[in-house]
Amino acid sequence: MSGTSRNKQYRIVHYLNQFFGGVGGEEQANCEPRTIQGSKGPGRLFEKFFREQNVPVEIVATVICGDSYFAENQEKGLGEILPEIQGYSPDLVIAGPAFNAGRYGMACGAICSSLNPLGIPAITAMYKENPGVDQYRKTALIVECADIVTGMEDAVQKMVRLGKKVLQGEKIEFPKAEGCFEQGLRKNYFHAEPAYQRAIALLLQKIGSDSFETEYPIPFFDRVDPQAAIGDLKGLTIALVTSGGIVPTGNPDHIESSNASKYGRYSLEGLEKLETKTHQSAHGGYDNTYANHDPNRVLPIDMMRELEKELGFKQHEWYYATVGNGTSVDSAQKFAKEIAVELIRDGVQAVILTST
Amino acid sequence: MAKEIERAGIPVAHICSIITISQTVGANRIIPAIAIPHPLGNPKLLPDEEKDLRRNLLKKAFKALQTPIDEQTVFLDS
Repeated sequence: MSGTSRNKQYRIVHYLNQFFGGVGGEEQANCEPRTIQGSKGPGRLFEKFFREQNVPVEIVATVICGDSYFAENQEKGLGEILPEIQGYSPDLVIAGPAFNAGRYGMACGAICSSLNPLGIPAITAMYKENPGVDQYRKTALIVECADIVTGMEDAVQKMVRLGKKVLQGEKIEFPKAEGCFEQGLRKNYFHAEPAYQRAIALLLQKIGSDSFETEYPIPFFDRVDPQAAIGDLKGLTIALVTSGGIVPTGNPDHIESSNASKYGRYSLEGLEKLETKTHQSAHGGYDNTYANHDPNRVLPIDMMRELEKELGFKQHEWYYATVGNGTSVDSAQKFAKEIAVELIRDGVQAVILTST
Repeated sequence: MAKEIERAGIPVAHICSIITISQTVGANRIIPAIAIPHPLGNPKLLPDEEKDLRRNLLKKAFKALQTPIDEQTVFLDS
């Protein structure tokens, strides 16, 4: 009966983190996976936009998991979440959108990448600097979206456009046309113009205009060769740097709790350990309770001082801190370049960088 | 940040909670930490045990810095 298949209601399972799933904020980031029937939060918007595209869908279930829970127990989390999703026999799984939320993006990417080999199509959306993009773009269809939640509607529109094609078995175009990140797949097709004409056209474009677009971008992997190992610790100066947002109480430099535009340089002179009354966390991306109670849990000054005496190295008398929470790669690079210049000037020979 | 400091000429040991992010951003010596809100601690432990945990992580970082490597390396339990 062709009529039935045309009226088929597609089954979608939606994956959300604790925040978008309505469980709670950062204090709930450790919540274990849970499933609710039907749609939740952004899921409603997906249903609305699919309806507008005349695609009959139902979000049959929403799987919710805490960002930290997933990040810290990825294999266990996948072991719990994948069978749960499979149990609903979905035609499509939607994860996110995750915007520039790192842990959330990594979770969405891992889930989509694991579902595709199981024969369950899955799509997600992220901001281009979300670490989930680099990690998973080859194995998951990731739509490019804005960095913050104000881009929700646009992200959902783009995901629905792609999701519709996936559901209805339509051909997926090249990544640019679909608004996706490149998966690095090579597809053969016949071009109307032969290569020599295109090459000349491209050359003229390159000579004559400000911008040109190659047909085959060369992949760029920015890696730095490891520095040589350090020898005996005795006499070496070692500095601490953290992206975990540990700052003197009151956050004197007003480092932003997310998308930080600056870093701070703070003295450790005379400090044997960090204490709750002298230091705090300014980071807005994790529950600060434990760090505020004992800042050494993020920036281990107490133990550095003990080991300094035992092992004979010298703890650099300044530490550097910023907040690594949705902070742009450009900013982080800039901070680190400036910090490195000072560290070299001050004779630092090794760095321990702590991240939450 | 790990990558840029290393590029400038100083070896970096990155103690971090999410290994995959550290690998993606290009740290070379990676030491897995305990948990996101307390990478070098564990509030469930007694204070002395927690300090031991911190001591072991830092010693692992020193060892990583003293280990010659040719490529990105995650230093698991040694």
